[in-house]
Amino acid sequence: MNRKFTWFNATSLTLGFTFLYLPMIILVIFSFNESKLVTVWAGFSTKWYGELLQNDAFLNAAWVTLKVAVLSSTLATILGTLAAYVMVRAGRFRGRTLFSGMIYAPLVMPEVITGLAMLLLFIAIGLDRGVTTIVLAHTTFTMCYVSVVVSSRLVTFDQSLEEAALDLGCTPFDAFKSVTLPIIAPAVISGWLLAFTLSLDDLVIASFAAGPSSTTLPMKIFSSVRLGVSPEINALSTLMISIVTVGVITASLISKRSIAKQRADEQAAVRT
Amino acid sequence: MAQPANRPVFAPWNDPNEKPLIQFKNVTKKFGEFTAIDDMTLNIYRKEFFALLGPSGCGKTTLMRMLAGFETPTKGTILLDGVDIAPIPPNKRATNMMFQSYALFPHLSVWENIAFGLKRSDMPKEKIPARVEEMLKLVRLEKFAKRKPHQISGGQRQRVALARSLAKAPKLLLLDEPLGALDKKLRQDTQFELMDIQEKTGTTFVIVTHDQEEAMTVASRVAVMDHGKMIQVDTPDRIYETPNSVYVADFIGDVNIVEGTATPKGDGKVAIAWAEGQPEISASIAEGVAPGTKVHFAIRPEKVAISSDRPEGKANVIEGTVHDIAYLGNISTYKVEVAGGRMIKAQVANDRRIARRDISWDDKVWLSFTDTAGVVLLN
Repeated sequence: MNRKFTWFNATSLTLGFTFLYLPMIILVIFSFNESKLVTVWAGFSTKWYGELLQNDAFLNAAWVTLKVAVLSSTLATILGTLAAYVMVRAGRFRGRTLFSGMIYAPLVMPEVITGLAMLLLFIAIGLDRGVTTIVLAHTTFTMCYVSVVVSSRLVTFDQSLEEAALDLGCTPFDAFKSVTLPIIAPAVISGWLLAFTLSLDDLVIASFAAGPSSTTLPMKIFSSVRLGVSPEINALSTLMISIVTVGVITASLISKRSIAKQRADEQAAVRT
Repeated sequence: MAQPANRPVFAPWNDPNEKPLIQFKNVTKKFGEFTAIDDMTLNIYRKEFFALLGPSGCGKTTLMRMLAGFETPTKGTILLDGVDIAPIPPNKRATNMMFQSYALFPHLSVWENIAFGLKRSDMPKEKIPARVEEMLKLVRLEKFAKRKPHQISGGQRQRVALARSLAKAPKLLLLDEPLGALDKKLRQDTQFELMDIQEKTGTTFVIVTHDQEEAMTVASRVAVMDHGKMIQVDTPDRIYETPNSVYVADFIGDVNIVEGTATPKGDGKVAIAWAEGQPEISASIAEGVAPGTKVHFAIRPEKVAISSDRPEGKANVIEGTVHDIAYLGNISTYKVEVAGGRMIKAQVANDRRIARRDISWDDKVWLSFTDTAGVVLLN
């Protein structure tokens, strides 16, 4: 591979990353702006972060968002792991491709449609919209991400480990709990983090599923911005960017390092 | 065959009063259109070390997985101790398996791996540590109890897998290519260790292998399989010396096969015409054979003698030219071209340090063997 530095490479790299990150960098910089005017720089200050803590509406929305994210990502992890387990382990059966396709389809489904479908369902079954409905909607759309992460780990999992557990007296559930789950745990955790992050920054689906008393943070930001961007919003957005970044980086670190290590251990354990 | 009365020989398969531990009764296993096991009937006795031998895809692993409970027969029944095991799930069976990949649990230590099955048995909790220690001692791994599987060597892992599968004292231990991952030297040591452990614990072992030497070394009886059928089930020496078919003769060890036409000579002897203008091969045969029957004469290379001068007093003498010599250290194999371009291998033990130098490439030599050295095979 040619690793030489060329002006062409450097330019394309700079252009690409500028395009991707310039807006966010500006946002982060202006969150530390002294002035109340968003676009005029008047010196460094962290006062907007302080004001943010006084704003009950934002704090409330943050609390709702956190609750929704924890609950929905936990539910999504359980359902997504089970779905992945069945799809990988069930072997070949009629309609297998259809089923696995259906698990992954929501990944590419327009969010508006998912949101609308959820809304119609909640109205049809007469469920009052609130935190519960957002949790349900988020579980639905994040579980397929979990399922993708977990099933990619399960594919490389040596099935004779489960057979050995059965052979030594485990029931199928005990084998899953004491052998499979501990070994695939890093993938499950990284699936949870991914679901948590997705739920945290979702606006569209939450807007459809939310009721009057259950505004999530992205919804709150979106509605406030329509009345004009305040430095407070910048500060809040910066915080959210940090949380999401930490979540995503942790998830990918866990899946990369820990899964690679586990796999190496497992292979070392099965072969010479 | 009469055995001296003062030396009991382990041969329950010859005792009509002995009840088999495992009985396969007309078992057939199909995977879709593919028949893995074809109408098999087989008895395996208590304390046997039974080897299933065959090329890959012959059904030996399927047979074992049916015993473990991971596959169910399409037709027929399998009895363990007289009980049909078809409805019993793997976790309730009195069998344990040692996997080809060892399948050690990577997240558990050696100690926990061995205790895994015991914790799920009806053994009282306080007795488990003693049993684990006993197993560790059996496989000489006391010092490695705290290690994880990836922190020990391949041979040690293999012993942990063995200890884990023996810990529950199963009625039957299944070993799926247990030594496949070890190098040759370690494999030989482990074979003897396995036999030792089998004797000490008195467990019935069923081993699957494609390595004929391994099967011959460890087993009390060897079953040679091909395409889902048992070709021959017998003791290792009988499999080697009296194979019942060309397939078995060819699969086990090295062999010369000569095709010919048989003429019975009475007194259990038969003459085989195998090439134009050559003396017929004189051989013994147990069963009667019609004149003119096409037969295969199989003889092991080590039973063929080679000399530069025509030997006297041998039942069969064939002239030929040395085509190739392979020096293997302990033995030398001579590939000799005889009438009709046929190759016959003769093996000579190198019992002196100065190897025989009197026979060389393209030399005229005489091959000789007695009339009981080979077997006449009808199929």
